[in-house]
Amino acid sequence: MPIKRRITNWTVLTLAFTSGFIIMSIELLGGRVLAPYFGSSIYVWGSIITVFMVALSFGYLIGGHLSLQTPRLSKYGFFFVAAAITAVPTILFGDALMDWVFLRFEDPRYGSLLAAMLLFFVPTAILGMIAPYSVRLLVEETHESGRVAGGLYFISTLGSALGTLLTSFYFVLLFEINEILVTMVIALVCCFLIAIVVDRKVETKLGPKV
Amino acid sequence: MKILFAITLLLISIASYGDKVVHKEKSLYRNIVVTEQAGKRCLVFSIKLQERNQTCVDINDPTHIVFAYVRMIFAGLLVNPEPTRGLMIGMGGGTISSVLTGIYPNLTMDLVEVDAAVVKVATDYFGFRKTPQIDVHVTDGRVFARRALRRKEKYDLIILDAFTGEYIPEHLMTVEFLENIKSLLTPGGIVIANTFAGSSLYDHESVTYSAVFGPLFSLKMPGTGNRVIVASTVDLPDRETLMANAMMLKPNFEQYKIDLRKYVPNMNRDPDWKTDKRLLTDQYAPANLLRGH
Repeated sequence: MPIKRRITNWTVLTLAFTSGFIIMSIELLGGRVLAPYFGSSIYVWGSIITVFMVALSFGYLIGGHLSLQTPRLSKYGFFFVAAAITAVPTILFGDALMDWVFLRFEDPRYGSLLAAMLLFFVPTAILGMIAPYSVRLLVEETHESGRVAGGLYFISTLGSALGTLLTSFYFVLLFEINEILVTMVIALVCCFLIAIVVDRKVETKLGPKV
Repeated sequence: MKILFAITLLLISIASYGDKVVHKEKSLYRNIVVTEQAGKRCLVFSIKLQERNQTCVDINDPTHIVFAYVRMIFAGLLVNPEPTRGLMIGMGGGTISSVLTGIYPNLTMDLVEVDAAVVKVATDYFGFRKTPQIDVHVTDGRVFARRALRRKEKYDLIILDAFTGEYIPEHLMTVEFLENIKSLLTPGGIVIANTFAGSSLYDHESVTYSAVFGPLFSLKMPGTGNRVIVASTVDLPDRETLMANAMMLKPNFEQYKIDLRKYVPNMNRDPDWKTDKRLLTDQYAPANLLRGH
């Protein structure tokens, strides 16, 4: 495997791992964010998981479509910075927004569903776009596409597992929720920068010729 | 394999020795088990029977208050001996609200319990009865408190007892929640909270309560793992006033064989906790993790 190819693949896998990590870390913190307004009942978790699943499924769909147009590592980086930017209002205006929802929805089930939707849908959907796009960047030959996709899911889901574990076992014990969220935003921006820099270095279009 | 099976059976029978299971129920939140042993009927929130009992009643004598912490909660009344409007978050077997509304005919109470199955079991097995004085709300305590604040409700007695032996609802132990509770209190209204005496959570919890309420009474009795916090929106009464109130309430509690005077010396207002511990807030609320530390 040429060295440039190898660098690209490692970059994609590292970034996919990070995005898996961040998705689950944010999902776990989501429960904490909603609890002061909607409680920590089972339906609050139901709302969060639903919103994340729906957001991810649309993310996969859109990410897959976007991967059709001249896929490139630099474009890949924009998913990360877009997720970072759309997560900022969640941190800054989360309370105001939940207050607004709380006043309008008496039933905490629909209140928490709407609040989770408004707070987490967009950044999560964007993070979801990363997975299919990663596959596109990694696949060179059709016959290996299954293996590549398997490897990618392996890495990103391991990232999710680690994000879940570290957040729930240690981060919440050491930091405030917003400190963790801001760190995630910074990590996403770093991912963006890495993608841009590596893209510059490699300077080749990736994947099979379309 | 056979040996393993035999050992398992043996362990199960040892674990449940003496406890007769009267009722078992899986709710949305937990396993609820009602057991009977030596004339006591107990509500247990766990899979394992040896876990802490949540509430117990004496089958032959309903006026016998089995749990020390329940009696300690009543001691909170020494700070406000004539409540008229109460809020209780976490109902357990319903004993506390039944006793209080029995003692105070003018007291009306909102009872908030997140788990509908607990209300049902309290009714079916612990003699809990809805009366015109008691309103039961099946909802999250935090959500109820927030709505109550919007409705501008006021209470002169708020009891917080939402913690089971093994899990603490972390959003009910933060500065923001307690500020909400404080805003629901009338001038002179009090909050009585059943909390843990051990673990480093004790320090964090104490710091959090005193950040919101200022000086507290911290009540611990020998032989219990509980600590009851009593706080008020006004200055705490001195020991003489507490004693006088205990004398005044004596006839009311006579049928329950409780003499509140014995709690007065243990109602401590000097912090016996590490005051430099981190506050619990909505942003930082790892209460369950801190408990294990």
